[in-house]
This record gives sequence, C-alpha cells and structure tokens, in this order.
Amino acid sequence: MSTSFPHWEVFVRARRGIDHQHAGSVHAPDGETALRAARDLFTRRQEGVSLWVVPSSEIVASDPADDDAFFEPAADKAYRFPTSYELPPEVDQM
Amino acid sequence: MTTELLNHVLRQGDRALVLSHRLAQWITHAPSLEEDMALANISLDLLGQTRHLYTYAGELEGEGNDEDYFAYWRDAAAFRNPLLVEQPNGDFAVTIARQVFHDHAALLYWESMTESADVTLGALAARARNETAFHLQHSTGWLVRLGDGTDESHRRAQAGVDALWPYTSELLDADDEGELRSSGLIGKPIETAWHEAVADTLLNAGLHAPIDAEQCAGGIHGVHSEHLEPLLHEMQHLARAHPGASW
Repeated sequence: MSTSFPHWEVFVRARRGIDHQHAGSVHAPDGETALRAARDLFTRRQEGVSLWVVPSSEIVASDPADDDAFFEPAADKAYRFPTSYELPPEVDQM
Repeated sequence: MTTELLNHVLRQGDRALVLSHRLAQWITHAPSLEEDMALANISLDLLGQTRHLYTYAGELEGEGNDEDYFAYWRDAAAFRNPLLVEQPNGDFAVTIARQVFHDHAALLYWESMTESADVTLGALAARARNETAFHLQHSTGWLVRLGDGTDESHRRAQAGVDALWPYTSELLDADDEGELRSSGLIGKPIETAWHEAVADTLLNAGLHAPIDAEQCAGGIHGVHSEHLEPLLHEMQHLARAHPGASW
C-alpha cells in the first residue's frame, strides 16, 4: 500500500518564533492523513508546536548535474564575504 | 459505593488494555509503515490509560494488588471489558470500524468524566480526552476514506461495520451504574450523543448501520466471547511463566 501512496515532506516548528525545519517524509494518500502520520512520527516527544506537510512532487529542486553552474562561482568571490572588516571589540562574535 | 466504583474502573481499564493488545497485534502487519506507527501509538496511549486505571483499582480494592496483578493474574471471567474490544482484528477495515465505534464512545466518556466528582478519574479524563480525540480523528479519517474509496474498500468497510455493530450497545451506558451517576462519580449518559456522532461518521463514509442486527452483550459482566481467552493467554504467559521477573 505504501508504495502506491504519494510522498509528503514534513516540516516541524520546534517552538514559537523559529522557522519550520525539514524533518523527513511520510507516505499518505492525502494531506490530512499525512499530517496525522507526521504527528506520530515526528512530534510524539514534544519536538514541535506546528507541522507542515507538502507534496514531495511539488518541490522544485536543483539538479545535482547543475551543481557547478549553481554553486561553484560563489567560492572565488572573496568580496562577497565580509572578511576584510574589523569587528569592533564590543561586538565580540558574529 | 466503593465496590461499584471499583467495578467501573476495572471495566474501563480492561476495555483499554484488551483494545491496546489487539492494536499491538497489528505491529509489523499494518498496511504501511506509517500505519504501523499510528496503531502502535494508539495502543500505547491505551496502555498508559490502563496503568492509571489499574493502579487506582488497586487503591480502591485495598488488598495491595498493583497494575501487574490486574493485567496478568486474572482469568477471562474476571475481565470486565465490553465484547467489542476483544473481537479479532480482521482486515484493516474491520479494525478501523471497531476503532470508530470505540473511539466515539471513549471520547464522549472521557469528556463526561472531566466533570467527575472523583478527583483521580477527573484528572485522568483531562489527559485521556486529548489522546482519544486524536484516536478518533485517525479512525474516522480512515473509515471515510475506505467507505468513500474504491468498490473493494467500500465493501470491506461495510462488512466491518456490519460485523461489529452487534457489539456496540455494550459500549454505552451500563444500566447497573445509576448510583455512580446520581452521585456524580461518573458523568452524564452518552448513548444519544454516540448514536448521533456515529451516524454522522457513517454518513460521511457512505456506509450504513445494519438495520435489524441483534445486540450481543455480557463482557462487562465477565461473560466473554471465545476470543478473549487466546488473547489473554498470549498477553499473560510470560508474566505467569516467570512470576516476579523484571528487566
């Protein structure tokens, strides 16, 4: 049965004020059922205060074959990194 | 009055334990991994309720018996669960029909018990109500999907409803608990609300209750179907083979 049910990506908000984070995925015939399955799998131990489920098929993902074109150019552009600034001592860490 | 209350608490504890065990029997057999988890979680919630109820039963009884005694050392005739929960799992649709009938009754029961004059039961009810509300979402969600799904799932869901309907009246208000009710220890009757809620679920699922089914009862008085003894044997044999063992 699970092989014929679509996949849903599960996002959990651990507590108020922080973002939903991807937690995993479930199989389910529809969104409501997916939410209930996600509750059982990902929030039974008080891991969350809010759940989202999104059909996996709706996610548009970057293609690993495009990794070079997408991500490589960032590496040699030192001016995009604020490394040449001196932090005022009051800031301590950033 | 303590005897009546003890009897009531054992009925509720036995109901929860026997159903918990039935659901545990699904583990590794459910239609999907997600459903395996769902049924196991419901089973564990029921087991948690059982432990509170049995511990309280031990206090009411006053003979030093703990939760393990009530679970492992009584025979079928001492169990007071309604017949519905000991009925075999059948296919997934039968199990879901059983859960729908049970969960509607359990939710109404725990809601009414939040008003109980009994502090222990009132406190347990507040927690059990929330757990049961989720169980009910699970079972009604599936019954609607099965009943309103394919021809095959509809046929199986209707067969489950037909097979288990005869065991439903016993889930509702026991007629020998009037004194507990008038003294406020147990809440208001649930029968009318149960019939409305179940009719609503069946309507949504495109299913119907059988028209002329006779009702079977007896479990809450210790008269059980042939299905309880094998269940208890499986559940109790380890504790009885190694009395007092711990791990």
